Amino acid sequence: MAESICRALRDGALEGEHAPALTIKDSIASPFGPHVFNHVLAQLSSNILARKSQSQGIVLVALSRSPSFYVDLLKSGGIDVYSLHKWLRVLDCYTDPLGWKGRLVECGSITNLSPEASNKVRLCKDVRNLDNLSSLIIEMGKELVGQGKGRFSVAIDSATDMLRHASISSVAALLSSLRSHAQVSCAFWLLHSDLHEVRVTSVLEYMSSMLANVEPMTQSTNEQRGNSENFSLLEQNSKRGKFNVRMKRRNGRVRLMFEEFCIEQSGIKFTSVSSDGGMVTQSLVPKVQFNLQLSEKERIERAKVVLPFEHQGNGKSIEIYDGRRYLNENKTETISNFDEKLQTNEDPGRGEIIYFRDSDDERPDSDEDPDDDLDI
Amino acid sequence: MDRSLNLLDEALGLDNGDSNPSETRLLLLIEDCVETSASFVLHHLIKRSLSPHSSALVVFVAFAQPFSHYDRILRKMGCNLVVQRDNKRFLFLDMLTLECPDGDGEKTCKGGLLDLYGKIQKAVEVSVLTGGTRSITIMIDDISLMEVAANGSSNHVLDFLHYCQTLTTEFGCSLVFLNHKDIYSSMERSTLILQMEYLAEVIIRAEPLATGLAPDVHGQLTVMNKGICDGPQTLQTKMCNFHFRIKENCVEYFYPGSRT
Repeated sequence: MAESICRALRDGALEGEHAPALTIKDSIASPFGPHVFNHVLAQLSSNILARKSQSQGIVLVALSRSPSFYVDLLKSGGIDVYSLHKWLRVLDCYTDPLGWKGRLVECGSITNLSPEASNKVRLCKDVRNLDNLSSLIIEMGKELVGQGKGRFSVAIDSATDMLRHASISSVAALLSSLRSHAQVSCAFWLLHSDLHEVRVTSVLEYMSSMLANVEPMTQSTNEQRGNSENFSLLEQNSKRGKFNVRMKRRNGRVRLMFEEFCIEQSGIKFTSVSSDGGMVTQSLVPKVQFNLQLSEKERIERAKVVLPFEHQGNGKSIEIYDGRRYLNENKTETISNFDEKLQTNEDPGRGEIIYFRDSDDERPDSDEDPDDDLDI
Repeated sequence: MDRSLNLLDEALGLDNGDSNPSETRLLLLIEDCVETSASFVLHHLIKRSLSPHSSALVVFVAFAQPFSHYDRILRKMGCNLVVQRDNKRFLFLDMLTLECPDGDGEKTCKGGLLDLYGKIQKAVEVSVLTGGTRSITIMIDDISLMEVAANGSSNHVLDFLHYCQTLTTEFGCSLVFLNHKDIYSSMERSTLILQMEYLAEVIIRAEPLATGLAPDVHGQLTVMNKGICDGPQTLQTKMCNFHFRIKENCVEYFYPGSRT
């Protein structure tokens, strides 16, 4: 399904409609959102390079990783670094998001050793001013594709960091203005869902046509997430996870898809689970050492058992065997009666319940009032 | 003895110091709780960094204890902090009385976390200019007290941590910070500790044994290595869990059940 996301981002927006937007959501139990983000970014980049996509360039807003990290990432993905400036612009909100370094340099406490901004990286020194940020993104996009009809994509590597510096309404306004901009082909962003209120995540989910949810393989049942009793659980979730995708169509149809992923040295690998769909129904019954289900033979035998009171009321005297030895003769008689009955049914099998009283010392059930010695 | 690798070093992916020290840069979060303090991990890392085989610099930001406290402990472990401080290999920033001015100290560069960050970056810059490629470790003991100093503004602390993180990418520093997990346990959404877990590449969690205290086991450590594909280092072990016993001048690490 990761593929269908990338395809939707590649195809871009229709004339006169909002650009498709993707929210990538994870939580601390499975913190692999950045891996998914990097995967989507690399896929989109190669689509742009192969000229298969609607967009002709990417504006990457880097808040949680340095621009050089992304350059290295694309390089390791086999993308030619020298052509980067033709289709990539990075808005660096990582190095100095609040202008501290600038102020310290002014005060003379530090010297500026930060790497010089190149033509593809631009430094943003105040992340809290989202209006400025928005116009910077558009400006950089226009640098890439020109004023005409060309379109570009916007990638925001941490909406969480943005939300830390600004209110949800202003972030929503920024994202919505990006989506509705005529030159934006698609947009995607990453969100750590457990750092925000449900309200905030749902606002962003409403604004996106696709939602990719990264979930742990097995949810921890108790709240003590980090308890080492859950160590094996943690270990299991440290490399693999579930990938849920929700895609909303224009007409309101919603498609849900489900994949699994595992983290490898080379990156994230997605595997579909539809191929072993048969496994799901089988595995509904837990695998245990003993049988939870009866075989056909056992079921027939069980049906033959005459329950203790089943035979009563068919004209015979009512006898309740309470385990005392002196009733033994009667009992054999009863059983032989059953024998006859069963044999007339032409069924050789016979079921019975054998009950032995624990000891003779026990008083048999009687109609005596157990409280008759009470002196009332 | 002290150069031999123990389980903790192995779990952290630290080697014997033969390779380039800048490759062992990491973002390490240490979480502990009231029953099991993890300050010994900090002491261990100080000692490792200041070992005579390396030329590393440690910038220690202390909110919790005065210099004499660390000096006494490290002296027992065979490491003289006063000498290291005079050699300019151990920079101790005493923040016990730090009080951030209201309004985050945004306007001026004096006081507050901005000033502290300036001091750290300056130390790092000086070290890079004079010492070449030696590795630099920034340690913070501890974040919860920094939050107190920042008038309870966890956002301000996170801004500070972000700036420290930029030092790791710019100068290849390591960043080690200690926090107490249980003080956030009753909060509905413990943003600060969660944010730090997202930020860290390696998390060390110190906990008491599930069965309570034992005479020869003082607790357990869980090391979670997120192994973010950030740079060339490849860490074999992603997760491990082992017990420890704190002795007078060292700590023993062993797998559960391997001691009788």
